[in-house]
Amino acid sequence: MIAEAGLLLLWLAAGLALLQAVTGFAGLARRDDVVALGLAVRPVAIVHGVLCAVAFLCLIALFARTDLSVALVANNSHSAKPMLFKLAGAWGNHEGSMLLWLTILAIGGAGVALFERRLGARMLSATLAAQALLAFGFYAFLLFASNPFARLNPAASEGAGLNPLLQDPGLAFHPPTLYFGYVGLSVAFSFAVGALLAGRTKDDWRDFARAMRPWVLAAWIFLTVGIAAGSYWAYYELGWGGWWFWDPVENASLMPWLAATALLHSVSVTANRDGLRAWTIMLAVVAFSMSMIGTFIVRSGLLTSVHSFAVDPTRGVFILALLAIYIGGALALFGWRIGKVSSGATFAGISREGALVANNLLLSVILGIVLIGTFYPIAAEALGHRLSVGPPYFNRTAGPIALLLVALLFVGPLLRWRSDRPGRLPKIAWVLLAAAVIAAIALVATVPATTLLPAFGLALGIGLALASLVPLAGRSLRRTPGATWGMVVAHFGVAVALIGMASNAAFTEERLVALAPGQSTSVGPWRVDFTGVEPIAGPNWTAIEGGLAARYGDRIDRLTPQLRSFFTPPTETSEAALLTRWNGQLYAVLGQPTEDGRWQLRLWWKPFVTLIWFGGLLVALGGAIALVARSRVPGAIRRLVARIRS
Amino acid sequence: MKRVLFWIPLMLVGLLLGLMLRQLEAPRDEAVASHWVDQPMPAFALPPATDGVAGLSTADLATGTPHLVNIFASWCVPCRVEAPQLEALKARGVDVVGIAIRDKPEDVAAFLAEYGNPYSRIGSDVDSNVQIAMGSSGVPESFLVDGRGIVREQIQGVILEQDVDRIARALEALP
Repeated sequence: MIAEAGLLLLWLAAGLALLQAVTGFAGLARRDDVVALGLAVRPVAIVHGVLCAVAFLCLIALFARTDLSVALVANNSHSAKPMLFKLAGAWGNHEGSMLLWLTILAIGGAGVALFERRLGARMLSATLAAQALLAFGFYAFLLFASNPFARLNPAASEGAGLNPLLQDPGLAFHPPTLYFGYVGLSVAFSFAVGALLAGRTKDDWRDFARAMRPWVLAAWIFLTVGIAAGSYWAYYELGWGGWWFWDPVENASLMPWLAATALLHSVSVTANRDGLRAWTIMLAVVAFSMSMIGTFIVRSGLLTSVHSFAVDPTRGVFILALLAIYIGGALALFGWRIGKVSSGATFAGISREGALVANNLLLSVILGIVLIGTFYPIAAEALGHRLSVGPPYFNRTAGPIALLLVALLFVGPLLRWRSDRPGRLPKIAWVLLAAAVIAAIALVATVPATTLLPAFGLALGIGLALASLVPLAGRSLRRTPGATWGMVVAHFGVAVALIGMASNAAFTEERLVALAPGQSTSVGPWRVDFTGVEPIAGPNWTAIEGGLAARYGDRIDRLTPQLRSFFTPPTETSEAALLTRWNGQLYAVLGQPTEDGRWQLRLWWKPFVTLIWFGGLLVALGGAIALVARSRVPGAIRRLVARIRS
Repeated sequence: MKRVLFWIPLMLVGLLLGLMLRQLEAPRDEAVASHWVDQPMPAFALPPATDGVAGLSTADLATGTPHLVNIFASWCVPCRVEAPQLEALKARGVDVVGIAIRDKPEDVAAFLAEYGNPYSRIGSDVDSNVQIAMGSSGVPESFLVDGRGIVREQIQGVILEQDVDRIARALEALP
């Protein structure tokens, strides 16, 4: 019954999406009686969001009950799985994750309908219509090509499990987090389309940017957290000791993030100074396009990845057609209408706006580099060559540009709007930048075997950690606006993450040994004793667990890396063991036994590696501070406090 | 000029999507080219795997005539399926030599007695060292080696009935 109810709700929601699009476009009409129809768009969007969310809850209920008469549950779940992973199984597969995608899309539309009060009626109608059109295509895809509620007759006697690599609490939340980011950008996309269709006056543009900004910021926060979490997952779960592999999947999440980061800065200029209109529109279209393309390429199996769910070519062509319609449609609209959009307020080359344009350009170049690197293998294959593009390409091309961007961060935030002189800036900013560059060159020249990128990364990172605080200098900290605090925290987070990356690249020590129980080895400042192995059992796996006693100074800590064997499907995974200290992480992986009773061990000492993710979270926190500061929350709190006092 | 610029993103995306469509429709080529092709066989000398059949060393391959080197094991079920095809290749004049992986002499003898013996020589690779050195990832696996001991083709998995003719011709064509 639940499955049938879910399917019915999906059909109803699809119908409402169509209605939402029709009423939304009616709001753009010239005739008054047609425009009156547009008044219905808000309630329709809200009901649409609710229906889709309930359909998704139906799917979750099916997974919670492990209803094996539903094909999706039988293929992706198992009665012996822990509850959290049963629930996570609802979105750990192609159909379920598409439904989650749609649910967030529909709720996004409902959110705009509920909370957006500034935007003019025409612009709002156009935005909600665009959002509904986006949803409608994906409903068609779900209902005709990947029905999550399809029954299995006869029912399976037991489920076929889930990839054991995915049985990790962090990963249960990883897809929803990234989807909130990806699909949050859909709202920005719809706002951009709405503005292209209905934007006329100067006020329209400013309202559009102000309405879009919190959505971009929220989506960007989720993306940042999602990427940081995904990177940490790959770091400890894959057991390779690396934190970023330039894998197509990682690139697929990085590209929308780069576009969203540029958009975030661009939309501020449009909202505050009414400039960079075309940039903001273009970046909003690109950011969500990258989300869709990214999701598609990793899903379709075009590029090999852990995220490619079995998708048949018909589905691939279906999604590709949707992408062509949406991205092509938005870009065609851009080409047709943007010529009529004036560029907004003008500014001098050296100004806050100028620095933000440079920021947009550099981020776009990095985006282009990642895009080319990701798609080059596909292009080469079309021409009959087989090749893969690896980290050396990305590091050598994107690395220097990213460092240039970091250098820009030393002075950019200090510039005034409209027009400024470099000489006016606090000397300390220039001194820090010069010191960082000199320190980097000295590091390369004096310390043997130091490579260029980590040396510059370390010096610029430490410099930026100080320089990012300069915008606070001379201000009353209590009266500094929340948005400025957000910027400072986010830029400081960039510095922290950069220091972690550079330190990890420059100072990591690695040891690969085969030890018999009782033997010991050393890595970095650590002495590690191997105490032996023992078998242990988990809820749906068994494992061989290695015992390590790690000594650093007086303290002794135990590490227990495992080799895990899962029953359904039979798979072996390696569970790395991590020991976190304030100054780095000790990372241990248990390998295979050798013939003479020794065990292979792989150990890394990674100084300050945790700063990478800590910095990433700071960046997201900065965004969250800016989001909350600009919302109605602080005002409400202030009023509440005032009322309590009186 | 500016007009044209505004349409460039659309063109680029069209190109990208066209490329993706083409790749989606294209037949998927998942064959992995072996790095051993056109390389000489690694040096090894394996003792006989069972009584009555000689062992195998690298020198036995560089004899001026091509060989089919078949990696198998008595405990390997797909190898049983493959046995008739190896017999057929032998009947067509192919010199088949074997490498038995992680096997015992009596088990190899029993395997040959039950499924036939197409091998002129069988080396015993008790700890898989030679198998790993040859870049083989499992059993069965076969290498087409020319008369100078140079690998010309690596076949992963079972040789099927429809492969026999092609392999026999390929070996005939080798120097």
